Amino acid sequence: MSGSSHGSAKNLGAFRLKGAGRLTPARTSRFTFDGKSYTAMEGDTVASALLAHGVHLVGRSFKYHRPRGILSAGPEEPNALLDVARDSARRQPNVRATVQEVFDGAKISSQNRWPSLAFDVGSVNNLLSPFFPAGFYYKTFKWPREAWEKVYEPIIRRAAGLGVAPKEEDPDRYANRFAHCDVLIAGAGLAGLTAALSAAATGAEVILVDEQPQVGGALHFETSTTVDGKNGFDWAQETAAKLAAMPNVRILTRTTVFGYYNHGFLGLAERVSDHLDRPGRETPRERLWQVRAKRVILATGAIERHMVFANNDRPGIMLASAARTFLNHYGVAVGRNVGVYTAHDSAYEAAFDLKRAGVSIAAIVDCREQPGEAVLAEARALGITVLTGHSVIDTTGRLRIKSMTVARNGNMDIRKMAVDALIVSAGWTPSVHLFSQSRGKLRWDEASQRFLPDIYAQDCVSVGACNGTDETDLLVDEAISAGGGAASVNAERRFGWSGGMIGAAEGAGPDTRVKAFVDFQHDVTAKDIRLAVREGMHSIEHIKRFTTNGMASDQGKLSNMHGLAIAAEMLDRPIPQVGLTTFRAPYTPVTYGTLVAHSRGELFDPARKTPMHDLEAAEGAEFEDVGNWKRAWYFPKRGEDMASAVNRECRTVRDVAGVFDASTLGKIEVVGPDAAQFLNLLYTNAWDTLKPGRCRYGIMTREDGFVYDDGVVGRLAEDRFHVTTTTGGAPRVLHHMEDYLQTEFPHLKVWLTSTTEQWAVIAVQGPKAREIIQPFVEGLDISNEAFPHMSVAECAVMGVPARLFRMSFTGELGFEVNVPADYGPAVWTAIWERAKSMGACLYGTETMHVLRAEKGYIIVGQDTDGTVTPDDAGLGWAVSKKKTDFVGIRGLKRPDLVRDGRKQLVGLLTNRPSDVLEEGAQIVADPNQPKPMTMLGHVTSAYWSENCGRSIAMALVAGGRSRIGQTLYVPMKDRTIAVEVTDTVFFDKEGGRIHG
Amino acid sequence: MAEMSSPAAARTLALSGVRGRAASLAVTPAAPAERISLRARSEDVAALSAALGLELPTRPKTSAANNGRTAHWLGPDEWLVIGEGEKGSGLMAACVASGVLHSAVDVSHRNTAILVEGAGAAAAINAGCPLDLSLKAFPVGACTRTIFGKVEIVLLRTGEESFRVEVWRSFSDYAYALLAEGALDATF
Repeated sequence: MSGSSHGSAKNLGAFRLKGAGRLTPARTSRFTFDGKSYTAMEGDTVASALLAHGVHLVGRSFKYHRPRGILSAGPEEPNALLDVARDSARRQPNVRATVQEVFDGAKISSQNRWPSLAFDVGSVNNLLSPFFPAGFYYKTFKWPREAWEKVYEPIIRRAAGLGVAPKEEDPDRYANRFAHCDVLIAGAGLAGLTAALSAAATGAEVILVDEQPQVGGALHFETSTTVDGKNGFDWAQETAAKLAAMPNVRILTRTTVFGYYNHGFLGLAERVSDHLDRPGRETPRERLWQVRAKRVILATGAIERHMVFANNDRPGIMLASAARTFLNHYGVAVGRNVGVYTAHDSAYEAAFDLKRAGVSIAAIVDCREQPGEAVLAEARALGITVLTGHSVIDTTGRLRIKSMTVARNGNMDIRKMAVDALIVSAGWTPSVHLFSQSRGKLRWDEASQRFLPDIYAQDCVSVGACNGTDETDLLVDEAISAGGGAASVNAERRFGWSGGMIGAAEGAGPDTRVKAFVDFQHDVTAKDIRLAVREGMHSIEHIKRFTTNGMASDQGKLSNMHGLAIAAEMLDRPIPQVGLTTFRAPYTPVTYGTLVAHSRGELFDPARKTPMHDLEAAEGAEFEDVGNWKRAWYFPKRGEDMASAVNRECRTVRDVAGVFDASTLGKIEVVGPDAAQFLNLLYTNAWDTLKPGRCRYGIMTREDGFVYDDGVVGRLAEDRFHVTTTTGGAPRVLHHMEDYLQTEFPHLKVWLTSTTEQWAVIAVQGPKAREIIQPFVEGLDISNEAFPHMSVAECAVMGVPARLFRMSFTGELGFEVNVPADYGPAVWTAIWERAKSMGACLYGTETMHVLRAEKGYIIVGQDTDGTVTPDDAGLGWAVSKKKTDFVGIRGLKRPDLVRDGRKQLVGLLTNRPSDVLEEGAQIVADPNQPKPMTMLGHVTSAYWSENCGRSIAMALVAGGRSRIGQTLYVPMKDRTIAVEVTDTVFFDKEGGRIHG
Repeated sequence: MAEMSSPAAARTLALSGVRGRAASLAVTPAAPAERISLRARSEDVAALSAALGLELPTRPKTSAANNGRTAHWLGPDEWLVIGEGEKGSGLMAACVASGVLHSAVDVSHRNTAILVEGAGAAAAINAGCPLDLSLKAFPVGACTRTIFGKVEIVLLRTGEESFRVEVWRSFSDYAYALLAEGALDATF
């Protein structure tokens, strides 16, 4: 089907009026609604296209499953929520038919009905409605408690919620853009455009935002407004073109300002391609704009309210301004014989426009005795029946309104008038949502019965209808002044408007039991709000939650004021004393895709890879996540599972040698004449005694005396140290050091630089380590005598400047070759080729963990948990007795940290060597003690040790070192494991191998 | 650290697998360069400037360039100094020659750089960087350490429509991918 096909045979809809509206039949598109095919014109919304074909019934209500139609023509729509799909993955539920533009091939379905829209089994809820009063859920599903999880909640969850989310991954792209401007203007109607002209004239950077495809706001329907002698809508388009040509103005249409946060920060959702027939593969579907604006001008307009009367929710009943929009913009008549029920002059103009377009007006029913004289005179001139002081007290029609029942106010005389549509207006509610989000305070204007912006919390100003400014000349002046510059705009409106009401209308008062809907989306009636008050809810916040009034996705854009007025009447209190619920972002629903934007797939979170990552992957490495790093975990050979690979690696390292990627270890270069003094203060050990060319294992504690991090520090020169930290600890250790340097020790001449990523680190460990690296090392004697354990030197490796450490985390003869990162792969490849030929292996973090546990070396964060002192960890030797100060020295003297019986790190050997304990398992002295047992501690590390031929474990146990030789117990779910407490060194207890 | 004359080992650059997008807006890996993190007290700035042959900037968000060297102000006592060319121009040695107290640490391989050049370069970066990159707020020569999505970068404006993004090497895949996304979006 072509989106640009022509042809006279096209059925554009029986209700499409020739010569009306602004759409042209040059481009049309086809779409289906519940399987039936329709033709739409370019620029149609789903709502206007359906109405053109006489389709009013589009959904079933949330609770009672009542047939519902299209109520509005804008984003405030509570009823017409549809499922719109391009394909099975690109399907979105709860799309407002009044916002979504038709694209060619759209598959649109109604929601909340089964088996069909016209016959919905769920509508039995409507008949059972006496059993579903407000607060039904709170009252009914209380007992028994167990039933919540198994019965009530699953049923409620299935029944609750509108629409069904697609199961497939969303194939669309979403984008994010940060932007700044001097002035952001929300809303491009008469007020917003005028403000933009004025602001742009000052040279300010302006962003003008409007949620509709075209600018103009109310000028879409308001045809009796002329600006500079032109039709208002035409003026708006010309003005937008003029503004868009200015280099300092950006106009964003189809874009909603959904959130107004602190310090002029706003969230905008731009719908980039939802309206396109065939969006490009790379075109984003939506774009999130995060804008920092120096000033904000709110020109968000006002939203028309419906009338609250019995059965006011039948399809065919809609807002008067919506009917006017469908007629004047889309060229669609909402009916052939239309009734009008109003409390406000604005609805009269809808009747005038319809009448002039050839639609018959059954009557204007005005609940007021005295409408505005100008509109009344015009109605008479057009021959429209006006019934003042009358009300519509009921309607009929199952799937579409058939008649309205009209009564003189306070009189029982009723007459039924046939209509196929009923348009209503209770007046206009200023859109103060964004103002309120900005933490501005509203005031109640008694005269006009509305909340208006009062006290501003940010550099922001409201103009036009959202500020309660109704007269066009005042509105223009206000907008020009808000823009801060000058503009010449002369706007005139033919009719002034007056009137408006809030609360329940005639026939829906406290003495009735009729269903007069206040909140369409959540099926809240006037009677429900009264019930809430009768049941003791006196705050509007409680009433809202009890009835769920205003809690649907439309956030009560139509219902809040009516609900408030009904509650105030029941409470016999003035409206401002009942209060107003808080407006929260987002103004309209925003897709998760937009909020997530680029942060998916590889951009969800950075995956940090070492320089040798790809080489390791080619060797078959399995990787594990350590923070954001991907670390080689183990290197399985064909047919090996993890355990056999790790066992082989562990054996090979101790028998021959192993090559390990240690690049992720944190590295900090500490430089300056006071470097040693600084490290003396940061570590528990002494550093001034360390000679250049030597390394030392250091422990860092916090002020409270507990172990914070550990690592080997090499002294390269008098004033230069190469500090290593744990992989996960690198950033926080640097911050910890920098914090102390800047706040406690600013007098020290020393600087810290992160060098973690400067160096690729290739660890070679095992009896043959020296033999493996020997040929590559230039300018350095690495014999045991010249370069003993815990040495460091700057040298060259394969012609590359390198730092060579002799150190070990395995208990074997070991070296760590540090070369500038880009050279890592070449040096790794050369070393590994030679190592392989000598029978060595590659090993990963799992083998590293086992080997270090065999030697009783701790891992901070695994064998310590933030409550462990160096002495608890068996590292008391690393705390200098001579130093008079270091971070943690006072903490370590606290009575609780020196008392007997603290948990201490010990080794555990299971009685059955094949039993491997579970890390985290609790340890007890008497497994037969009744629960709760006295827990002595827990297992911190546990492995199968191939080299020891048995399992090994470390544990923190109360008074651990005094229990060496004792048998303790580890109760598990299915059995109790007896263990012997030992010291923590399981392999090469004499420690001779590292000096090999 | 000066590179030795002819290393037997070859370099494998971060982003070595990346091919820049051939478009009006290009995102391409920069050539290798020599880099130092330079720290010094204010009284020693003049001597270090003389030794390096450029005026170390002392105002926030500014850089200074001369003779293939660029110094980026990162803090009151911190600069990132970049020297063109893989071999480097002896930045470390120059600092030593200043004779004044300082800390110079070779970070040539810690960072890598991505060049963003062409119409919409600022918009591409604004996909992940919340800064105002208008010429008024961030003119040519402006530099700052800031965030880009979830990673830290040093951003330098090299021209009206060109930027240099310095990033730690393990974050460069992420930074490149997000820049490519931003560049793509900047064309719409």
